[in-house]
Amino acid sequence: MSIAEVFHKAKAEDRAVLVGCMPAGFPTVDDSIASMIAMHEAGCDVIEVELPYSDPVMDGPVIQKASDIALSRGVRTRDTLRIIDAVASAGATVVLMTYWNPIEKYGVNAFARDLAAAGATGMITPDLIPDEAAEWIAAADEHRLDRTFLVSPSSTDERLAMTVAHCRGFVYATALMGVTGARTSVSSQAPELVDRVRHTNPDMPVGVGLGVGRGAQAAEVAGFADGVIVGSALIRCVLEAPDRSTGLSRLRTLSAELAEGVRNPAK
Amino acid sequence: MSAPVLPDLSGHFGRYGGRFVPEALVRALDELDAAYRAAKADPEFQAEFRDLLVNYAGTPSLLYRAERLSKKVGAEILLKREDLNHTGAHKVRNVLGQALLAKRMGKPRVIAETGAGQHGVASATAAALLDLECVVYMGEMDTERQALNVARMRMLGATVVPVTNGSRTLKDALNEALRDWVASVDTTHYLLGTAAGPHPFPELVRDFVGGIGIEARAQCLDQIGRLPDAVAACVGGGSNAIGIFHAFVPDESVQLYGFEAGGEGVATGRHAASITGGSSGVLHGARTYVLQDEDGQTVESHSISAGLDYPGVGPEHAWLHDTGRAEYEPVTDDEAMAAFHLLCRTEGIIPAIESAHALAGAARIAPQLREELGRTPTILVNLSGRGDKDVHTAGAYFGILDPVEELVPGENA
Repeated sequence: MSIAEVFHKAKAEDRAVLVGCMPAGFPTVDDSIASMIAMHEAGCDVIEVELPYSDPVMDGPVIQKASDIALSRGVRTRDTLRIIDAVASAGATVVLMTYWNPIEKYGVNAFARDLAAAGATGMITPDLIPDEAAEWIAAADEHRLDRTFLVSPSSTDERLAMTVAHCRGFVYATALMGVTGARTSVSSQAPELVDRVRHTNPDMPVGVGLGVGRGAQAAEVAGFADGVIVGSALIRCVLEAPDRSTGLSRLRTLSAELAEGVRNPAK
Repeated sequence: MSAPVLPDLSGHFGRYGGRFVPEALVRALDELDAAYRAAKADPEFQAEFRDLLVNYAGTPSLLYRAERLSKKVGAEILLKREDLNHTGAHKVRNVLGQALLAKRMGKPRVIAETGAGQHGVASATAAALLDLECVVYMGEMDTERQALNVARMRMLGATVVPVTNGSRTLKDALNEALRDWVASVDTTHYLLGTAAGPHPFPELVRDFVGGIGIEARAQCLDQIGRLPDAVAACVGGGSNAIGIFHAFVPDESVQLYGFEAGGEGVATGRHAASITGGSSGVLHGARTYVLQDEDGQTVESHSISAGLDYPGVGPEHAWLHDTGRAEYEPVTDDEAMAAFHLLCRTEGIIPAIESAHALAGAARIAPQLREELGRTPTILVNLSGRGDKDVHTAGAYFGILDPVEELVPGENA
């Protein structure tokens, strides 16, 4: 299913889309595939595969640690593509989240081609702003991939409009000024940011990330956003589990809780 | 010939530089850019900066004709004595400029990254002077290796945060400072330590340290009646090099040489030579030369000199390299230490190991310049810092430490 269709369908069901994030190759290539398929089966509408990177400046300690583990075990860019292929083949809608240097190193057009061939719908680029993205924008058009740039509470109206205009699929609203990681409460800045995005383009779906870790928070965010993006809390299920099967079972439980949350948007 | 004014308005030096940062930081970078441009045009700010440079930091630094060294090297060597500045290096120029700017922007807090401590100490110094809160991120490995510097920063009132992520060194400290900044931009200025990172940092830092080259150029004309044949500087992130190069870029007769940390030799892979041993990529907010593997993952750097031990380089150097205006060569640990020893013994000056890379490079290029010019060449060397901080490293390297005596490690950049 395309991202547009996923958001469409959720809207028809009067609920938000659940996006679940997992680093590729964490803790191993096969384990990450199993985790992502489990998340998909338990209710994540979109699987956000994060390409592990040595210097993830937007990420908090949980994703950093998971990325470090994946890298220390030798995960390669081509493994990430293989993982995407496997998860997409299992029926999931997959987007890639990646810092820019690995893509620049691979070759932007070649990577877009291979990403599309692997079955991903698009790419989220946390450290690539549209101002620097001419090559990616062209490659995404050529290979029919969606582009998700980030907007932040600090974005000016002008930048917000410019950024949203360059997005296709959905825009990623960072709910607070900070890095990834579950928080106890949802930022009060998030609803305002979503409103500001809608003001520039009412048709662009808005996913809200940073800080969501529980079903109740997912319900709260689903009350004002089109998508709820969860990363660290899901990763922690695997990171802190004593063994693989416990990790998978915690992952299913939390995914189901979050899926329930997005189906009961706070009014 | 009129050269283009770089960076361009979007912060690019050709294809290098720019802003590869989370959107959350763009507004802060725009504000910094605007504040900097206003400050640059404000005579009051400039006067305040100059006053601190002269009356607090002790600049202009001397241009010293190193006669005994010159004889050994076979070139007339002029040393730009940045080692005599307050805090012992060129870096004081940058921190004073940025701390003044932070004050001007109404930001009461500054954060900084540091490798082994030089920039951290300089930042803590400027923060103490200008009454700013200061938090310094430092890799845990480095806090252990440089305990004395940690104490120095704390003495100056700074909070030192050991960074336990990744390789626990400078690049991870930089990541952590960026993470802090994403969450604190309203109240905080990121006092970046070198002429690298996202726009406007490479330009702003270059301008704050640009006095090195402006002074040296005037001092040369004054003392020897002409410009030098070559300018030599060490290059890690590249602030001291761009600081001394910039004023000479339009002088086509002056050759510019940047000497990177070749570590154990570029061929061994254990080095910090981003330009001569790396490739084009994106790291810490800018496109430049970086040390990376074939997947674009950052590769750890190695150098005996902590101040050069960084897997990237400022984007203007990448551009100067590609255009051929400056030449970059690696200098190994051993070559640098030989030059370190030579300067100690010929001139009674203990240089920073960073600066010793520039001295070694100058000695290397002397014969070829002599041949090219058909006379004794004049080489201006940026002696960017003093070596007190390196006494422990150098003592261990030369095997002159008394094993019974408890020597404490000195500061490092």
